[in-house]
Amino acid sequence: MSKTFQGRVVTPGETTAPALVSHGGFNTLASYQMALMFGDKQVKCGDQNNPDLYKKPMIGKALCLPETIGSTTGGMVLYTACAMGKQPACLLFSKPIDSLAASGAILAANWTDASMPVVDSLGEEFLQYVQDGMTVTVGPEGRVTVE
Amino acid sequence: MILTKEQQALLDGAQGETMAKVVKTLVMYGEAFGAERMVPVTSKYGHTVISFGIGVMKPVYELYDQLLAAGAVSKQPFSADPRPLDKNIPSSFLQDVVFKFMYSQQDRYEDQLRKLGLMDDNAYTCACYLPQAGNVPQRGEVLSWAESSAVVYANSVLGARCNRNSGIIELMGSIAGFVPEFGLLTDDGRKADWVVELRTSRLPDAQLLGSAVGMKVMEKVPYVKGLDKWLGTELTEDACAYLKDFGAAAASNGSVGLYHIDHLTPEAVDAGESLVRENAPVYVVDDAELARIKNGYPCIWKDLNATPKLCFMGCPHMTLSQLKDWTVRVEEGLAAAGNKKVVIPTVFTTAPGVAKEFRQTEYAARLEATGVVLSTICPLMYMNNPLSKKMPVITSSNKLRTYTSARFYSDEEILAKITREGK
Repeated sequence: MSKTFQGRVVTPGETTAPALVSHGGFNTLASYQMALMFGDKQVKCGDQNNPDLYKKPMIGKALCLPETIGSTTGGMVLYTACAMGKQPACLLFSKPIDSLAASGAILAANWTDASMPVVDSLGEEFLQYVQDGMTVTVGPEGRVTVE
Repeated sequence: MILTKEQQALLDGAQGETMAKVVKTLVMYGEAFGAERMVPVTSKYGHTVISFGIGVMKPVYELYDQLLAAGAVSKQPFSADPRPLDKNIPSSFLQDVVFKFMYSQQDRYEDQLRKLGLMDDNAYTCACYLPQAGNVPQRGEVLSWAESSAVVYANSVLGARCNRNSGIIELMGSIAGFVPEFGLLTDDGRKADWVVELRTSRLPDAQLLGSAVGMKVMEKVPYVKGLDKWLGTELTEDACAYLKDFGAAAASNGSVGLYHIDHLTPEAVDAGESLVRENAPVYVVDDAELARIKNGYPCIWKDLNATPKLCFMGCPHMTLSQLKDWTVRVEEGLAAAGNKKVVIPTVFTTAPGVAKEFRQTEYAARLEATGVVLSTICPLMYMNNPLSKKMPVITSSNKLRTYTSARFYSDEEILAKITREGK
């Protein structure tokens, strides 16, 4: 059984990946800093305040989240993850994207070769429906299918 | 987005490919938020959040090399977040080795910052808006800053206009001299989405109240009622110090970029509750709610009963009045406990300009006599490695708690621990 959600394309691309879901705000610096700094190949989430993601591998996952929160290094951190090939497969936001996540996605799109489609405004139902491990496909024009 | 002829020419490559990419990045950034035009950056100074030469951030240094090679430097001098290292801070031999390895690019990066337009070699502080730091924007000025605690202070207490820009993007705005107009740069974006009603029995700990508000409203703008009862209606040094810590906690525990305090912050004084959107939800904060928030903080120490090895105060950097006030509080705490020196190694962090002024006062020798170390580093950077992560470090900074393994205590609890309890 699958369900399709319609969002808005922030940075384009298509991909299929297993879902990793954060129901609370995703703190980009807290999540990535230790993994990037010390070469964690699985890029495990280091944010102890995020019970959904703490210690879970993030690389190559379809990261499903409401928004990002926290330090304004967030966009730079996301850009660095992309430049190092340690980015999630895609970022899927239930809410309209925030300025830090948008910065990271746009910096990565313009200044790296990494592919990381970003879709926002998928709606609250998206985050209620998607669960860890489900297969998520990002199609054209912001269509996201969860199965 | 409608660009001026000059902006369009830049996008089309009139000043080279790198500058065109800078402008394209800013255009895409604006389009993501429905911006219809660019507006000039009107402040005298910028501020960058990236101040640390961590080896792993090689992609950032390479990008900055590209900018420098193309002559794409900042149109305004800028300050930067604090440096990551200070040899006066207690550390083990192993930690020193790790720091050297981690910050192997510090000299290279500081050289890049100088070439890009850093104000001066003392311009390293997260509290750049303090008078002693010399980067105090005026009300209504448009900024291209990053650093969550600085942006929320500039917007809320000073009435400047700045979005919660990311590191790198903020520098690109300063290079181009313009930023996309959306969000907190617009009148509508500065309206309050939430009302916070304070019903506590006393002035709440700023770091705790900020955390509660941040976690509740996330990226929205809160209008806080009831705080003027405790802080008064003038932006005194003490009130500004309180709002600095309140805002930093709200920005790091949520993503607040602007708050209004009834009868106190400039836009609230002028417009009052007309700033609040229709049908804005109300969040009531009382003593029980603050206790619930504090009790909910996770602590990732392996041994929850471990004796603290270090205490950090000053994230964001302390003001001059906070340093003086805490000198007296530590002295009084030690005297009451019958101790001469703090019983937990303790570091107060502040801006280089504030430290310089503080050292010219009688308080400097008195603070030194208590054993407290005064430093200008970023405690967060000190904590960001596996060795420091394992250390039982305590703090009253909710920002430091959020990003590191440091354990949060209220100001009163911290004072008791460092002067009397030692555990």
